[in-house]
Amino acid sequence: MTAPLVALSNISRSFGDVRACDGISLSLEPGEIHALLGENGAGKSTLVRIIYGLLEPDAGTMEWNGEPVRIRTPAAARALGIGMVFQHFTLFESMTVLENIALALDRRVDRSELRARIGAVIATYGMALEADRHVHSLSAGERQRVEVVRCLLQDPRLLILDEPTSVLTPQEAEQLFATLRQLRDEGRSILYISHRLEEVRALCERATILRGGRRVAQCDPRTETAASLAERMIGRLPPAPVRAAGGRGPERIRINGLSLAARHRFGVALDDISLAVRGGEILGIAGIAGNGQGELLAALSGEISTPTGMIAFDGEPVGRLGPAGRRERGAAAVPEQRLGHAAVPAMTLADNLFLTAPRRQDLARGGMLRPDAIAGAAERVIDSFDVRTTGAGAVASSLSGGNLQKFIVGREVDREPEILVIAQPTWGVDAGAAVTIRAALRRRASAGAAVLVISQDLDEIFEICDRIAVIAAGRLSDARETSSFSVEEVGLLMGHAAGGPGRAGD
Amino acid sequence: MLAIEPRRQPSRAWSLLSPAIAIALTLCVGALLFGLAGRDPGHALYVLFIQPLTSTYGLTELLVKATPLILIATGLAIGFRANVWNIGAEGQYTVGALAGGGLALAFHDSTSPLLLPAVLLAGCAGGMAWGAIPALLRTRFNVNEILSSLMLTYVAILLLSWLVHGPWRDPDGYNFPESRLLSDAATLPILVDDTRLHAGLLFALLAVAGAWVLMGRSVVGFQLRVSGQSRIAAHYAGYSTTGLVWFALLLSGGLAGLAGISEVSGTINQLLPTISPGYGFTAIIVAFLGRLHPLGIIPAGLLIALSYIGGELAQIEVGVPAAVTGIFQGVLLFFLLGCDLLTGYRIRLAPVRGT
Repeated sequence: MTAPLVALSNISRSFGDVRACDGISLSLEPGEIHALLGENGAGKSTLVRIIYGLLEPDAGTMEWNGEPVRIRTPAAARALGIGMVFQHFTLFESMTVLENIALALDRRVDRSELRARIGAVIATYGMALEADRHVHSLSAGERQRVEVVRCLLQDPRLLILDEPTSVLTPQEAEQLFATLRQLRDEGRSILYISHRLEEVRALCERATILRGGRRVAQCDPRTETAASLAERMIGRLPPAPVRAAGGRGPERIRINGLSLAARHRFGVALDDISLAVRGGEILGIAGIAGNGQGELLAALSGEISTPTGMIAFDGEPVGRLGPAGRRERGAAAVPEQRLGHAAVPAMTLADNLFLTAPRRQDLARGGMLRPDAIAGAAERVIDSFDVRTTGAGAVASSLSGGNLQKFIVGREVDREPEILVIAQPTWGVDAGAAVTIRAALRRRASAGAAVLVISQDLDEIFEICDRIAVIAAGRLSDARETSSFSVEEVGLLMGHAAGGPGRAGD
Repeated sequence: MLAIEPRRQPSRAWSLLSPAIAIALTLCVGALLFGLAGRDPGHALYVLFIQPLTSTYGLTELLVKATPLILIATGLAIGFRANVWNIGAEGQYTVGALAGGGLALAFHDSTSPLLLPAVLLAGCAGGMAWGAIPALLRTRFNVNEILSSLMLTYVAILLLSWLVHGPWRDPDGYNFPESRLLSDAATLPILVDDTRLHAGLLFALLAVAGAWVLMGRSVVGFQLRVSGQSRIAAHYAGYSTTGLVWFALLLSGGLAGLAGISEVSGTINQLLPTISPGYGFTAIIVAFLGRLHPLGIIPAGLLIALSYIGGELAQIEVGVPAAVTGIFQGVLLFFLLGCDLLTGYRIRLAPVRGT
């Protein structure tokens, strides 16, 4: 029997009093796609950071091809043949794809040679990517492809992917899976972290499940159900949200022929978008990243002002009103980018709670902050959305992606907005938290609020939305009842971005 | 090989330690320089940094010099934390002195108790007006305030020079380029008899207290901090970037103007072609040395003030040129910025990377 490609035994690592990894063992065979499952904070990220040389373990050993190794830096990991695609992108916005890749290589490579090699990887694995685009203009899905290509250029034996599909459409995810299977068939091993249990079942041969820093199970996901996997991850499964059958109220959000020029060279122009969301319903906007979702959200949040008459809340035109003014009218918006947009990275959770506090929350009086009230409100959000953190005084950037996400969604939902526009509500969030967030959205709708969910996660859209519209290339399809849509139909409408003209309802 | 890698969170300890290390390194370099110049380093450093503290006169002079530095640095620090880089405090100081001093000269015969407050307000207004120009250029035409505020400094200094050489020259002053002395009614009261310590110090302390409340407790201060850290988040929150830029430049300009008129009304008592040994620029060092925090600015201002007084003493006692003050301040800023790298990054030994 051949030695496993990589074998970890009894890896432990603590941060202060927290045992992030507690005696975890894991081995990967060559040519295996191995899932690493667990809730946020279960120790997945810590474990892969140890493998990739970003962290050193306090105890435990690691073998590579049967030889004991100690990996002290990512460069050493790459030299061994380990590549990693991070959940949070590590790209320079103002540089092109090519420049970003050139920067990350451990050796200097001639530009034209690099261009050829990138082209070869893109062709081999059938990925759509332009080497000369600036990263700031790329959608989340495209940015991820840059990271994947960057890894593949190093010709890795082991590829670690952290939540790779959280930004992809079903079709894009299928393309990624095809790439991953192709890599597996070439004899490479893949360590795959995901919260999407269905795709783990479809893709992976083995799964290691972590809970609270310990390995609680190893299984073949193909013989499990998503529910049984989830139960092993979190011990118990919270109840799924119930679709309210309640009637729909009056129209609360109205968009009339909204057109916007692209904000930058690679931006997306919005083209004659019309939409109405009534109180009591959740309307989902499905679409591949970078098809105008960001622009639409900015127009609704007030970050972009629009000509009078294009956007109305509760019958009142709000196009000229800024974000603060709209918040005073009971609207809330959660943009896709958490750090640096929805939250200030270096500020505390309490400060970040105050960032979007409307006047009615009474967190400031006479122009002065009320620190105790602000911290109290932040603690309330932390409690009710189960945000894993040291408290309201923790800095936003110190939270894991999923936990910050819970805090930001919780912050807005906690204010009981009458109009809620939210992008990717459960991106990067574990199964338990996703249920909490979706249930909170549902509750807002049941209380009579109009909820607009912009998401690439079709499972999510179909699960919680009453009606669905699809955005592609800055145009929005007519909204239809969820029951009258199939996943395939939505997927096809989403694909119109890549194809020629064509619009639902035409 | 040494590798520099970012910290997960900026280190608070290093943020406070960095000024201390920078000061220590500056002293080492200073000792080296004195040694190379053939002077006794120990004696020179003693004259520079200890001797001024051994007399009442030295101590009050320290406060006199620290007053404008603290006033200006307090305003600058607020702007810096909001990413508004007012580099032209020297110009705002000068125009503040001009506006207040001009009013005092115009009402030279007045004995009204209202004259002094009016002169001080005019000084503030002058500084604000000079700060308003970069604010307008930045918010209207997106002109970088670093360049516009810096260049306006030279305009202000030339304006002062023209006025004291021309229209405002003292008619009884034997043609020297200086204005007549300010009247008693336009002079700041002295706090300690037989010294030059004037009421401007109280303005500086008030400014520090006000800035502390503003930045730590007020909504506007919160908005300034957010906009300094993430412009996109500030926009999402709905803060007016334009308003915050105006606020920061008017406030820092106003405080610089107040420093200028306080110096003229409290210390110099007339307008001269040179009314500042570079307080407006040195205050930038004070602001950073004080960690852009109002309470940090007080010790930072005192230390830099010490380098001014010590520099003067060193000219007499050690026989080194006046430039020694500037050298010490420059070296200190250099080391401070260098040490500040350790706040956000750490250095560690890394194995040499194979290629």
